[in-house]
Amino acid sequence: MKNSITVKLAPAPRMTVLSALAPPAATLAALVITWQVAVTAGGVQPAILPSPQRILQQGWEARTTIWENTLPTLQETLLGFAVSLTVAWTLAILIDFSPGLRRALVPLLVASQAIPIIAIAPLMVIWFGFGMLPKVIVIALVTFFPVTVGLIDGFNRTDRDAINLLRSMGANRWKQFVYVRLPSALPSFFTALRIGIAYAVTGAIFAEYVGAERGLGIYMAMMKNSFRTDLVLAAVAVTAFVSVCLFLLTYVAERAIIPWHSKARRSWHG
Amino acid sequence: MVEATPPKIELRGICKSFLLGHGQVRSVLDDVAFSAQPGEFVAVIGPSGCGKSTMFNIMAGLETASSGEILVDGDVVTGQHEHFAYMPQKDLLFPWRSILENTSLGLEVAGETKKIARARAASLFAAFGLSGFEDSHPFELSGGMRQRAALLRTVVQGREVLLLDEPFGALDSLTRTDMQSWLQGVWSQNAWTAVLITHDIREAIYLADRVVVLSARPACVRLNLTIDLPRPRALSMTTSAEFAGYERTLLATLHEETRSSRAP
Repeated sequence: MKNSITVKLAPAPRMTVLSALAPPAATLAALVITWQVAVTAGGVQPAILPSPQRILQQGWEARTTIWENTLPTLQETLLGFAVSLTVAWTLAILIDFSPGLRRALVPLLVASQAIPIIAIAPLMVIWFGFGMLPKVIVIALVTFFPVTVGLIDGFNRTDRDAINLLRSMGANRWKQFVYVRLPSALPSFFTALRIGIAYAVTGAIFAEYVGAERGLGIYMAMMKNSFRTDLVLAAVAVTAFVSVCLFLLTYVAERAIIPWHSKARRSWHG
Repeated sequence: MVEATPPKIELRGICKSFLLGHGQVRSVLDDVAFSAQPGEFVAVIGPSGCGKSTMFNIMAGLETASSGEILVDGDVVTGQHEHFAYMPQKDLLFPWRSILENTSLGLEVAGETKKIARARAASLFAAFGLSGFEDSHPFELSGGMRQRAALLRTVVQGREVLLLDEPFGALDSLTRTDMQSWLQGVWSQNAWTAVLITHDIREAIYLADRVVVLSARPACVRLNLTIDLPRPRALSMTTSAEFAGYERTLLATLHEETRSSRAP
């Protein structure tokens, strides 16, 4: 009897992962097939629009070069995002403790989002050269805002009654923060983290595109200039793959750091 | 009246008013005064919105009174929180903490080591019907169990007076009856002093030694009724003539208050 129960329960979680992946995979496959058929049947020039098959083939042949350009992009993304997270946490905690700072900083944070990155990124190259630094700055600039706002919002969404309970126990502001505000904000933080990481990869590509020694961005720019549309698109596919992987990693981190969140949510809905 | 020992807790002339802006003032509490002897269970009832929760917040040191004093053992303690353990309406068990970690929170906040705090909380799990659920998380517990855990978290702080703000208000009526009879049982085995806010007249009579009826806003004490029923109290007592008599008295006073609060 015990065995039959184990067997019965085991497939359930795998089914949910499968059923989550199946629809987007099927949609993607349908799109790729339509594309392939349209290009072959229509006799489109590969330099204009290469077929998926050609992209795969040429991309595979150029795999060493693409890989050599993927590594620096990944490195910049992670470093830039780490800087962004540090800035976001510092700002959000400072703002949470000081209403004065909130009034002083929040309008500036919002204004920082009005900076057109497309105009600033080339200047970064002039100021800081072709190395790592301008990329890290651009990535941090585009990603720190959603994370900071997510955190500030998360801290503020703490149940007022929970704060009162802590106060009745004699908790000072710091203890209120550690025991309630911080854990309450973590679910919002992970949502913001997902938005941020999606922007981070795009930010890295963009920063490289306007000037870099290596990286997927500058690789795309160079391939475009030599009319290698197939290799541009191969690099795009790699970029998308990297983004999806980083995105999924945030779920892994969420499960590891706040396992209670998904469990509590599941029990409320089911 | 001369008393040999001062009451455990006494409220003297508690007033509270809020500024509404445009020079308007809303008076919520107007000279609220009552007391509880050591080991006494006092229930407070009143029309909804009459300021019961504000009164509790003042007692718990979360809000300041406009005037008046709170005394514990005859000493003025107005604005101090360390004499009161507060149990809010919602259970407020944190999903990121296990039941044991939730129940020991107050001791931990008070500076006790985690080990000692958890050991003290764990020693009460059997009496609260929570044995075996130490490592469970709040979402795995039923409503009644969550409320017992919240009460354990309140009691284990070892404060002198328990403030219970409608602890069973969110439970279904069957679970609520269960919880009342359970609380009545644990009560008779302990020497806690408690003030309970409730909307439920029967709950007030069944659990309390004395029922304080507050008037409509601005609230003052309209009736201070001693419930002279023997302890331990069986559920069957709630159908006795005496019980019904108390119920009639309280209901009449409350209705009068509700009517006057609706009057222009």
